[in-house]
Amino acid sequence: MVSYVIRRLLQAALVMLVVAFVSFSLFRFAGDPVNNMVGQEATQEDRRELRERLGLNDPFPVQFGRFVVDALQGEFGISYRLQRPVEDLIAERMPATLELVLVSAVLALITGIPLGVYCGIHRDSWVSRALLTVSLIGVSLPTFVIGILLIYLFSVQMLVLPSFGRGEVVQIGWWSTGFLTFSGWQALILPSITLSLFQLTLIMRLVRSEMLEVMRTDYIKFARARGLSNRAINFGHALKNTLVPVITIVGLNIGSLIAFSIITETVFNWPGMGLLFIKAVQFADVPIMAAYLTMVAFVFVSINLLVDLLYYAIDPRLKVDRGTAAGRLS
Amino acid sequence: MAMANPLLQVRNLVVEFPTRRGTLTAVDDISFDIAEGEVLGVVGESGAGKSMTGAAVIGLLEPPGRIASGEVLLEGRRIDNLPYEKMRRIRGKEIGAIFQDPLTSLNPLYSIGRQLTETIMTHTDMTPTQARARAVELLAEVGIPAPERRVDQYPHQFSGGMRQRVVIALALCVNPRLIIADEPTTALDVSIQAQIIALLKRLCREHGTAVMLVTHDMGVIAETADRVAVMYAGRIAEIGPVREVIKNAKHPYTHGLMGSIPAIGHDADRLEQIPGSMPRLTDIPPGCAFNPRCLHAFDRCRRDRPELIAVDDGQVSCWLYDTAAGRTTAEAKAIVASRSGTAMERADG
Ligand SMILES: Nc1ncnc2c1ncn2[C@@H]1O[C@H](COP(=O)(O)OP(=O)(O)O)[C@@H](O)[C@H]1O
Ligand code: SF4
Ligand SMILES: [Mg+2]
Repeated sequence: MVSYVIRRLLQAALVMLVVAFVSFSLFRFAGDPVNNMVGQEATQEDRRELRERLGLNDPFPVQFGRFVVDALQGEFGISYRLQRPVEDLIAERMPATLELVLVSAVLALITGIPLGVYCGIHRDSWVSRALLTVSLIGVSLPTFVIGILLIYLFSVQMLVLPSFGRGEVVQIGWWSTGFLTFSGWQALILPSITLSLFQLTLIMRLVRSEMLEVMRTDYIKFARARGLSNRAINFGHALKNTLVPVITIVGLNIGSLIAFSIITETVFNWPGMGLLFIKAVQFADVPIMAAYLTMVAFVFVSINLLVDLLYYAIDPRLKVDRGTAAGRLS
Repeated sequence: MAMANPLLQVRNLVVEFPTRRGTLTAVDDISFDIAEGEVLGVVGESGAGKSMTGAAVIGLLEPPGRIASGEVLLEGRRIDNLPYEKMRRIRGKEIGAIFQDPLTSLNPLYSIGRQLTETIMTHTDMTPTQARARAVELLAEVGIPAPERRVDQYPHQFSGGMRQRVVIALALCVNPRLIIADEPTTALDVSIQAQIIALLKRLCREHGTAVMLVTHDMGVIAETADRVAVMYAGRIAEIGPVREVIKNAKHPYTHGLMGSIPAIGHDADRLEQIPGSMPRLTDIPPGCAFNPRCLHAFDRCRRDRPELIAVDDGQVSCWLYDTAAGRTTAEAKAIVASRSGTAMERADG
């Protein structure tokens, strides 16, 4: 177990290094940031001085080495466009994105799982057929279309929910939260629905097909023969056996929620990291782009690690047989 | 056969599967009783309807399978038409079940202790502590060494034979009146089969539990059953006391099946005593379903379907025993025993 964790940690570190390398080198060739930073009237001398200050004249390996060492200390350099430390900019924007992602993930889970269980158990009822059909739409409609539709309905037509921004936020240390104000919650509703819809339908369909599979197994049949209640069978025995694949997908999807939030944040003008990234792309603001990509990769890798560890908690068969091999009797 | 106080009565049970190409009748109008504490063996080739009969009794036919007509009574109470929730409380508590494959009967994600205690607590008022103590007790009773330690282990930590012992403990944990054991040893090593059957037999005798023991294995039947029902193409060909059926088979099919009684571990299936094979449900011949394979078939067999006729201590569905035809039981038995077609024609003519 311990050696497994260490092995996984090393793997994770390697993945992060590769990601850092890719994102760093990708953006290095994405365009000359100096052009965007200085005005038309800047002299050749100004430009050279700026290049020197940003370390753009150093050889590539040196620049990358500096990037990694700084990144490990949580430093990602100075934004070309905003002339402020990238880590500060990200720290400012992170709460908005994480709160949006959190609410979306919770929404997707607490709706997707019960709906999936329902559709798996009542496979032939018209409700589950309807849900399946609707969910197909959820899977196939692009996020921005959903967002715009919701804005049109609730903000333009009904005038009940705001179409942009976070509402009022409360500052707790460096964290700004929208959870403590009414307008904060109001502002969260449309973006989080938009962001969660795809995951919700995915989770629902996944849980449904896993449930169908599990309901056919002998141990469910035997659980029925033992007279267990439907609740115990459906949610105790069946659902638990669907959890391993569900956790895999959900884990991966929390990562993609963060990635997808770029679109949602753009549609709703949500002041998160995604929006920061989009602006950075427009200005070839390499430090921000590199930091953002590294961060997203970091989230992916950590979640993956967490998912693997969760398997152990759920499935006793994975706790490799130390005492067992000896204890096996026939 | 009228029984004084049958525990289970099955009356004219019909199990159907509606399919796109018409309705299949998997169990076709069968009736039998099981007395308190009795072991009824049920034998027959694969597809004869043994499992469907068991599933119908415990109310676990899988849709689209359904009981199309007939009744199932437990201690005189009808149970085939109970609402789901009422029937659920009977399952496990009054009628237990053991299925074929112990490797897949247990939920891999829960310890066996947890699976035992949840069953016990579903049907009794025991506290978790009491239920756990009972679980340990049960594991000891089914012969699992070091039960205090094993109770917290998971199914994958047990061998096949040990898992079937756990399954037996689960089926017996609240002392049901009847156990339906559907080929409980088929999936096991031959060397372990006899142990498991002996265990099941001992426990059921000690607890006074009746058993409907479905098996291919004539050896198991000979050693375990009080009475035996022989099924063929969804119907009962013959039913009666085990000695009678084995030593003195009346139905031509049973007679072929019992030609020799192998030791435990041999399948009746694999005995090629009778040429031909059981018809599929889609093309069961008119009259007696056995007639294409029967050495003694005559005109009536191809026309009318025989019902169970009481003969000696049992019942047999074969036109040879139709007393209205003016043949004595002894003559009919002689015909079957002769195993020759010419003898039959004489009797018929
Ligand atoms: N889901 C189903 N759909 C259609 N026919 C079925 C289904 N399940 C079982 N049957 C049929 O019911 C008959 C009886 O099956 P079963 O009781 O399992 O036989 P066995 O005596 O081997 O236990 C078989 O002929 C089988 O083809
Ligand atoms: S003699 Fe006729 S009724 Fe009797 S088993 Fe043969 S075919 Fe069936
Ligand atoms: Mg069967």
